[in-house]
Order: sequence, then structure tokens, then C-alpha cells
Amino acid sequence: MQTETLAPPERSVSTGGKPVIVAEGLVKIYRGRKTEVRALDGLDLTVNEGSVLGLLGPNGAGKTTAVRILTTLLQADAGHATVFGLDVVKDAQRLRSLIGVSGQYAAVDEHLTGRENLILFGRLYQLTKHDAAIRAVELLEQFELTEAADRPAKTYSGGMRRRLDLASALTGRPRLLVLDEPTTGLDPRSRIGMWEAIRERVRAGATLLLTTQYLEEADELADSIAVVDHGRIIARGTADQLKSQIGGERIEVIVHRRSDLDRTRALLGGEEVSVHDHLRRITIPASGGAQRLVEVVRVLGDEGIEIDDIGLRRPTLDDVFLKLTGRATENNDESGDDAGEGKQP
Amino acid sequence: MSAGTVPVAGGGLKQAVTDGWLIAWRHLKRVSRIPELAIMMIIQSIMFVLLFAFVFGGAIPLPGGGSYREFLLPGIYAQTIVFASSITAVGMVDDVSKGLLDRFRSLPMARSAVLSGRAIFDLIYQFGILIVLMASGYAVGWAWHDGFGNLLAGIGLLLLFVFAMSWVGIWIGLSMRTVESAQQVGFTVIFPLTFISNAFVPLASLPSWLRPFAEWNPVSTLTSSIRELWGNPNPYATENFPSEHPVVMTLIWIGIMIAIFAPLGVRKYRNLSR
Repeated sequence: MQTETLAPPERSVSTGGKPVIVAEGLVKIYRGRKTEVRALDGLDLTVNEGSVLGLLGPNGAGKTTAVRILTTLLQADAGHATVFGLDVVKDAQRLRSLIGVSGQYAAVDEHLTGRENLILFGRLYQLTKHDAAIRAVELLEQFELTEAADRPAKTYSGGMRRRLDLASALTGRPRLLVLDEPTTGLDPRSRIGMWEAIRERVRAGATLLLTTQYLEEADELADSIAVVDHGRIIARGTADQLKSQIGGERIEVIVHRRSDLDRTRALLGGEEVSVHDHLRRITIPASGGAQRLVEVVRVLGDEGIEIDDIGLRRPTLDDVFLKLTGRATENNDESGDDAGEGKQP
Repeated sequence: MSAGTVPVAGGGLKQAVTDGWLIAWRHLKRVSRIPELAIMMIIQSIMFVLLFAFVFGGAIPLPGGGSYREFLLPGIYAQTIVFASSITAVGMVDDVSKGLLDRFRSLPMARSAVLSGRAIFDLIYQFGILIVLMASGYAVGWAWHDGFGNLLAGIGLLLLFVFAMSWVGIWIGLSMRTVESAQQVGFTVIFPLTFISNAFVPLASLPSWLRPFAEWNPVSTLTSSIRELWGNPNPYATENFPSEHPVVMTLIWIGIMIAIFAPLGVRKYRNLSR
């Protein structure tokens, strides 16, 4: 890392570890002709300096609305939010010089080159001509876009465009970076590239608010996670805390013959056995960890039940979401099935 | 440069001008990257010249005589400018739908710059188009006859009209959700406005019930103004205010259009945050 200095906390509004974002009771209602959608329904949020908060939720949960309010793009119908102690409505213009926003689309001008985009945004961040040009070179370097710097952005791959978009958000050296679904629509390799770029910002000391519908992504990037559903935060904690809420590890068994399912379930007993008929899968809590796994293998072996697969499975954030909301995220078809069938009382 | 130097942007005229110019610069850069757009626009206007000069022109007698081409070209200039507002509209919708407007709105830039930059760009761009068209017009037999001062006055009036139309386009663009609908609105409004006018035919040829609309139509008054200023044939239809004082009437129209559409556009822009 070269000169990537994120602003030192020099203002009284935010010294180390203090809250950067404070939102209280945010409500946003979108009114159509006949419909009324409560996108936010009393959302509270705090994000501390130097931390990474992942706002996690399915499509339509209100993540983007929340982010748009906090970045001055949208006004809440009720509630109140400050960022760096600045009111997001009254002090919007001052606040804008302290934040960097990257949205769901790669919002760059596709007919300008990467360099021109960065210079334009830098100048609009009120950098001088000279500083904007230097900053553009730095960012192109950091995001591995130097070679493509003087090509129109429309010739870039999806991953390159997203990197340019992220770089654009950083032209003004923001103290808070807000990323709305930064990897939606990217292929896995580009996604990992974006994660690396984002991690680097975090290492450099950025405070980061990130929305995602990918549980894996929140797990990878965020220090703490706030789960959003129907416009409210329904849970908050570290990934580990959230996972421990739904108990420890599980054992997953996939039997070879579907006809063995009932017998297997009876053998393994217990209350919290869940059966997935279609996948021939049985999941049981594994309080004893590996020891319990050995037992299960022995019992099934003794009974002559053929198994295709067996393993200890750590709970994923999908499980957390399912537990918290009673339904699966839209992004996971498999657990979507789980929600509907085979659950033991 | 340390991050502490990030200035707090409060506005101010200097910032408004700088930022507006940056947005205009962005649009100008785009023209150089997609020259086919400008070329198509010029070709479209030239097609109209050819179409009317050679196909319909022979069937359109001018009351009081005079060259049809000299009559036609000022109409073509006016028509091109009016059509351009749909390009403005499409550009605005595109910026909204691609998220670029959100990016601009998240930056500490002058709030006026996105719109004023677009209007400044439209002025520069249409001026360029106009020069090319006037050169082409000159090649097919159009000329101005009343001195350099009047030539400049005519160009000035056309550019003021561009500025007014640009606000119409901005408002349409911010009101529509898709590029297609913006285009559609453009055409359903702009086509009748352009064709029920004296741009291509003398007003005397229109049925009497349609004539009042055509006479007061801003496209007609603009076209008459140019013809009058440049000494091109400008047959009167009726003795009334717009026919007798086309330049004044056109200035009034420009004032009305800006007074209506600039605030509407600004309000639409502000309402993006609602």
C-alpha cells in the first residue's frame, strides 16, 4: 500500500471506536397508486469507527433503502440519522465530502476511460486538477486498472467495472465507505477479487458499511452482521455469535436409498432431526462433535444402512436466517426446500 | 495532500460554475467517443432538407414567390433544435437508470451542476450541429442577406431556444423511467409541434381551423424570426402579433418555457431523494 491514507480521525465527532453511523427509528414508505410498501419500519443502526458492518438480508428487506438514506440520496419519512455527527438531511452537503458510495450498478460513465472517470469524480469531490490526476493514477494502480486506464469503461469486464466503481468511490479519500451489494452479478473469480480490494480498504482503516444478500460475503468481510428483514434489524452480532444462536454443529447424513430414511431417523432419534426427502438427507444436532459422528457411523454401519455421504457441518448464516425469520433467504434454494418440508416438531 | 484538505463544499457561484463545466466536459467527451450520434443527427437533418427540397418542395408554392430552399432551411434549423430535446431527455433517463445520477448526488458537488452542465453542453453541441447544417444549407442554395449582425442575432436566438428546449428535455428525462418512453414522449409532442408550423410549408396552405395553433406555435415564430433576420422568404398568413413581431414572440416563448420547465426539472431532480 502506498499513499492510501484514509483520513485520520481528526474531528471531535469521531474518535477511535466511537459510533460513526447512528440511525434511530428510520421509516421509509414507498407509496404507489394503490400499494404502500414499508421499506423501512423502524430501523436502528450504529456502526463504530474502523469497523465493518454487514447489512444482511434478502431482496426487498430494506438494505438499499437504508443505505440510500445514510448516504443522503434519500430522505426518511420518520426517524433520524447522523453520520460523523452530521445530520444526513440538514448537513448532507458537508457529509458528502466524508463518504464514498458504491451502488448496485457500476455507476461509471461507460464512454469515458477509467482514468477520465476517476478524474471527473475526483474533481467533483473538489480535488484540484493536479490532485485529481495524481489520485486517479494511484487508484488505477491499486485496482489493477493501469493497463486499461485509457480505454473506455464499456470495454471493461464486469469485474473491472466494479473495481473502477469502487475506485471512484474512493477518489475523495472518504472516511466512511458504503457499498451496496458490491459483488452482485459477478462471477466467482471477480467476486474474490472484489473481496480482496475491499479487505485492503479495511486494513487501511476504513469504516465500512456493506450490504449483501450473500451470507458468505458477510461472513468473509464483516466484523459484525446486522440481519435485516421487513425493514428492521432482527439480529445483530458477529458471525460466530449469530451461529451460536442456533446451536452448535450438525451432522448431515445422506442415505443411499430413500426407503432407508424413516429407519435412519428412528435410529438417530432425538427431537431436532430434520429430514429432506428429496435429497435423502437427514440432519441432526451434534452436541458431542466428532465423537457423535463416530457413533452415528457405527450405528448406521451395524444396521447395514448404506450412506452416500456423512459429515460434520458447521451452521451457516443461511441457517441463522432461517432460524430468525422462519424462512430461507431467496438465494438458497436448498434451504428453501428445508423450510417447507421434513421438519420435525 | 492529506485527507484533511477535503473541502466542505457549501456551494457558491465559483463551485457551481466549475462543477457545471465538469459535467458539460463529460458530455462533450462522450460526443467524441460516440461520434456516430452527432453524425446521425446531421444526416437526419440533411435528409429532411433533401426530402423537402426535392420531393415535396416542387408541390409547395410560396405565396409572394422566392426560393423554396431559402424558405426551407431556417425551418430545418428550428426543427433540428426542437428534435434535440429528445436527445437530452434520453440522456437524462440513461444517467438515472445507470446509477450515474446517484453517484453525482452522493458527491460534494454543486447541486445545480448536473442540470446546468447538461444545458451548457446542449448549447455547445447544438451550436456545432448548427454550424455544420448552415454550411450544408449554403451548399444547396440557402444564404443570408441582411448583414453579419443579423446573422449573429439569428444564431443567438436559435441558441436561446436550444437552452429552453434543453430544460424541456431535462424535465421529460427525469419524469420517464425508460429510454423508450422518453423517446416516445419526445416524438408524440415534438412531431406535431414541428409539422403543424411554418417550418416546411407556408401557413396559408393550412386549413383555417389549424392556422391559429400554427401561427402561435413557438416553432413557427422561431422559424419566422430567422427568416426575417436573414432575409429569407417569409410569407405572411394573417396579420397578428406572432406574424408581425416574430422575434419578440419567440423571446416571450423562450421566457415562458424556461420559467415553466426549469423549475419543473429542478423539482424532479430534488424529488429523486423522496
